[in-house]
Amino acid sequence: MSKNSSNTVKEPLIHFTKRDDITGIKSVLVHGIGLLAGLIVCAVFIMLVTGLSPIEVYVKMFQGTFGGDVTRLKALHHTAILLAISLAVTPAFKMKFWNIGAEGQVLIGALAAAFCMLEYGNTLQEPVLLLVMFLTSMLAGIIWAIIPAIFKALWNTNETLFTLMMNYVATTLVGYFIMVKDRSGRSDLGILNERTGYGYLPKLFGQDYYLNISIVIFITILVFIYLKYSKQGYEISVVGESQNTAKYIGINVKKVIIRTMAISGAICGITGLLLVAGSPTPSINESIVGGQGFTAILVSWMAKFNPIIMIFVSALVVFLGDGGASATDALKIDSSVGEVLTAIIIFFIIGCEFFIRYKVSFRKRQKGDK
Amino acid sequence: MLGIISNLITQTLGYSSTLLFGSTGEIITEKSGNLNLGTPGIMSLGGVFGVIGAYYYTTFVSNFNPLVSIIVTLLATIIGSLLTTLIYCFLTITLRANQNVTGLALTTFGVGLANFLGGIINNKAEGSSGVSAFPPIAMAYQTKLPFADNLGFIGKAFLSSGFMTYLAIIIAIITAIVIKRTRIGLNLRAVGENPATADAAGINVNRYKYVATCLGGVISGLGGLHLVMQYLSGGWNKSAVEQFGWLSVALVIFAVWRPLLSILGSVLFGALYVIPFSIPNLAPKNQQLLELLPYVVTIIVLAISSMRKKRETQPPESLGTTYFREER
Amino acid sequence: MNSSAAIELKNITKTFGSVIANKNVSLTVNKGEILSILGENGSGKTTLMNMISGIYYPDDGQIFIDGKEVVISSPRDAFDYKIGMIHQHFKLVDVFTATENIILGHEDKQNYNSKKATQKVKEICDMYGFEIDPTKKIYNMAVSEKQTVEIIKVLYRGADILILDEPTAVLTPQETEKLFNILRKMRDLGKAIIIITHKLNEVLELSDKVAVLRKGEYIGTVNTAETNESELTEMMVGKKISLNIERSVPVDPQDRLIVENIDCKNREGVKLLDNVSFTARSGEILGIAGIAGSGQRELLEAIAGLQHLETGKILYNNPKTGEVDDLKDKTPMQIRELGVRLSFVPEDRLGMGLVGNMDIAENMMLRSYRKGKSIFLERKSPRDLAEHIIEDLEVITPGVTTPVRRLSGGNIQKVLVGREISSAPTVLMAAYPVRGLDINSSYTIYNLLNGQKEKGVAVIFVGEDLDVLTELCDRIMVICGGKVTGIVDGRTTSKEEIGLLMTNSRGGENNEQK
Repeated sequence: MSKNSSNTVKEPLIHFTKRDDITGIKSVLVHGIGLLAGLIVCAVFIMLVTGLSPIEVYVKMFQGTFGGDVTRLKALHHTAILLAISLAVTPAFKMKFWNIGAEGQVLIGALAAAFCMLEYGNTLQEPVLLLVMFLTSMLAGIIWAIIPAIFKALWNTNETLFTLMMNYVATTLVGYFIMVKDRSGRSDLGILNERTGYGYLPKLFGQDYYLNISIVIFITILVFIYLKYSKQGYEISVVGESQNTAKYIGINVKKVIIRTMAISGAICGITGLLLVAGSPTPSINESIVGGQGFTAILVSWMAKFNPIIMIFVSALVVFLGDGGASATDALKIDSSVGEVLTAIIIFFIIGCEFFIRYKVSFRKRQKGDK
Repeated sequence: MLGIISNLITQTLGYSSTLLFGSTGEIITEKSGNLNLGTPGIMSLGGVFGVIGAYYYTTFVSNFNPLVSIIVTLLATIIGSLLTTLIYCFLTITLRANQNVTGLALTTFGVGLANFLGGIINNKAEGSSGVSAFPPIAMAYQTKLPFADNLGFIGKAFLSSGFMTYLAIIIAIITAIVIKRTRIGLNLRAVGENPATADAAGINVNRYKYVATCLGGVISGLGGLHLVMQYLSGGWNKSAVEQFGWLSVALVIFAVWRPLLSILGSVLFGALYVIPFSIPNLAPKNQQLLELLPYVVTIIVLAISSMRKKRETQPPESLGTTYFREER
Repeated sequence: MNSSAAIELKNITKTFGSVIANKNVSLTVNKGEILSILGENGSGKTTLMNMISGIYYPDDGQIFIDGKEVVISSPRDAFDYKIGMIHQHFKLVDVFTATENIILGHEDKQNYNSKKATQKVKEICDMYGFEIDPTKKIYNMAVSEKQTVEIIKVLYRGADILILDEPTAVLTPQETEKLFNILRKMRDLGKAIIIITHKLNEVLELSDKVAVLRKGEYIGTVNTAETNESELTEMMVGKKISLNIERSVPVDPQDRLIVENIDCKNREGVKLLDNVSFTARSGEILGIAGIAGSGQRELLEAIAGLQHLETGKILYNNPKTGEVDDLKDKTPMQIRELGVRLSFVPEDRLGMGLVGNMDIAENMMLRSYRKGKSIFLERKSPRDLAEHIIEDLEVITPGVTTPVRRLSGGNIQKVLVGREISSAPTVLMAAYPVRGLDINSSYTIYNLLNGQKEKGVAVIFVGEDLDVLTELCDRIMVICGGKVTGIVDGRTTSKEEIGLLMTNSRGGENNEQK
């Protein structure tokens, strides 16, 4: 390089150009490499903090999640809940509506379920009670979702911050509810209806969580069909790609925005119900959703809005989260490790997408060589 | 009575400065066209790095010097938040990744890592349980201006905060001047409004985006440090830093991208945050209900500013989009 | 090497993905010379100039300035070599003032709003006779003002090599003449000027030399004095083609769409359409001429149900039922439900007419997906239609499932027009349907429009090339500043007459000749 005769010639060292998107096998390969690199960095991270070897790390993570009989059911349930929230945010995302309020929408659904359990637990017949809980949870989720949607549709109000603030409103309301209902003064309602069992979802095959998991499988299929084969799903795609095109062909964009967010909210609300009433020990507190509303956005994005891929991504994230926590439990630190690992993985996945859209070329050999 | 009010003002200013650091940082970032939703994560890590700095300083240095302790913790925070912001910059600017997803991932990462590292420090400092704290360092941060007590009410109310409060205001004012009145500010605004134009005018778009975003991240990070030193006695618990981060992001909209308005906004938000705890004889549940105020106010401001669309109060035009020169 | 060569390109090549934009292009511009780069849309003119101005980086080839080889890897490098480019799509920051835009990125040590900067701007204005208000915000400016700001910006930086990309596309003939005088003045002051255009008359009028590009390849350079229109056309399109478009006499024209006194305002309350009235007849092509942004888009969108109108009527005579419906303020859905068979080829093909990331079949579905009561999509017939269009209009595509954004401009337009005429419309509106298309694709489109006209469709054609308008249309409506300044007979009018009407903002009379 230093031999370059003319010192005015200074070609850029690295040069990016846009290319036709890579598709098919190559694209899978690029993502695979990105994922692998992410997993390696995750392993290094855990090695550094625990002193375990990488193999030990992943063995431990597997044992802590899908490896043991007891942990497996829990991990599957976690996967199901995360998957449900990811499915909920997906239709809105496909529409390019940045709903980061799933956290609040689930929480308010959970609150609605808890409210019904305590208020109507001893006045309504069990099947009626469950139906009422189901409807109020769903309705609560819908309301939480369509308020920002209406503002977005009518005034183009920034939905990202609006939905975000709705999260905190929901959190505060849950705190208020607990303080109103709580007579012990501990700011904790403990297990709801512990003696009576009112409003508990029935057990499928006598197993905890089986019903929850089945419901989520059902939702997955519904969302998949809705997005891929229904007219409304097609409208969502068109609105997401170009609002101008949507208007041009006569789609009522405002209606689609509100309708789609209502669907997102409904799924979130139901998930809230599952979190409370679907648990063998129903309880309600501000952190019952535990940030999964945010994680779900990342899951949905990584899965490219595809409900089937989302199943595996959710499982991966749960593996990292619960597994990471169990691999580091000797440190006696709470479960934050999972979030770190999930974020590392997504950094690599979104980073590697660059190589799908752009071509990187390095400095060419000197002129005259050719 | 006057004492209560001056105390209230000082408390308000305390929370305000965290928000002001956060929102000033985010304004600088957004002026370059980057919507950094990773700010809550950056602020959390900024705070926890300060705690780490405090831990190592108190562990390895035997004779305590307030000034050195401040420098060490400040440096730790600056380095921590800079490294975190660089992740965002590399992904969104160099690799042109989606800003929303990257930002959210960064917040997940930052909050998670902050709690993790904070947990380790807590374990090291206090054994298996309990929360560590470094009161001497926190006291150094909370030192009042020397002449504050001699100036009566004004002094007690407005001049009794630690230096970080005034630093926040000074940074906001400098930011306002630089953005509005200097060539660097003009170039920065051009990058955020229309990167293709800025590029064609010979401005190094990527450099401006990197520098503005990193600077913004560091300033936001100071907000995390301030919160830790002011309210957590220099220690860490799963605190409200993330929440303050999100409020800072919202405050940018409230201030319509103007640092001077952000000063007013942060005082208002700070007051809303302090009020519920300051009303005497308020039942805890009603206190809880009043905590809704900052969020509800943000929502209302958001809605109103979107209803009246004024050209001068719109976000930078390219906000949230990535720029590639050879785009066709 | 010629000592007076300001800039010389040798074997420049640039590709985008699989598209070759420039292949082995070489050309030279001397100081005190105006060079026209002539080529059809899509022939790689802009790409080539973007490489000189540092926007793109060439894959291969060399650039010499004043005889020395240089590498231009960023716009800053270009400035250092005193190269300034005036882009077709202005590179201006809307919320900045003229002065702020002019000094943007220019590093001198003074404070940016100092008097010196303003003084220098004034000097440049006086020297060339520009008239602008330096404190006016760009978003308040007319296009010609914006262009002036662009030119001053380049001069302010002391550029010696000026590149202008299609500078006259947005100007009236009078403004064009003014610009040309300024360019001649610059040439006389020793500057090298490169002007990109596809208008032959401008080439002949202004330039000293002409370089011709065709499909990315360099064809040759000729001296303007030694050439003529037909030779240049031949160089530009390759083979001699007849510029004649067949125009049949309308058969039994009937009033299909009657627009009466419509007004339309934008958000700031500025009138975009001002008391517009006209009639579109079946079996006829009604051309709409005007400077870009005179209200053409709003007019078509108003008819399609996409614009809110203040006043007026849009009456549609239904040939099936004989009923008359007012379409004003109806949504596209309501218009459709009335049985109005309206097709619309919008200006923005991938942003409005089609969805770039969807395949051809899915794009067919845009118009038809609602059919039937089922909540699920029916995919068979759109797919059939897609295959049908690919075959009929010779769309070049790897398959029905290729996203349309991957197709070339001409093929994209064929897909769009094909879909719009597949629904057997009674009114067909097309906005700039040949913009960016090569000659062959353009003629395909003209033939399709003529075919529709012969089927009795009322065709509304918004165009920019006056030659095409006067050869294709039966009648031409001219608008200026949202007002109709005249409706003329396409067979008897001249380009000069239309040009005058395009700039006559006071007009409004209907001087239609029967």
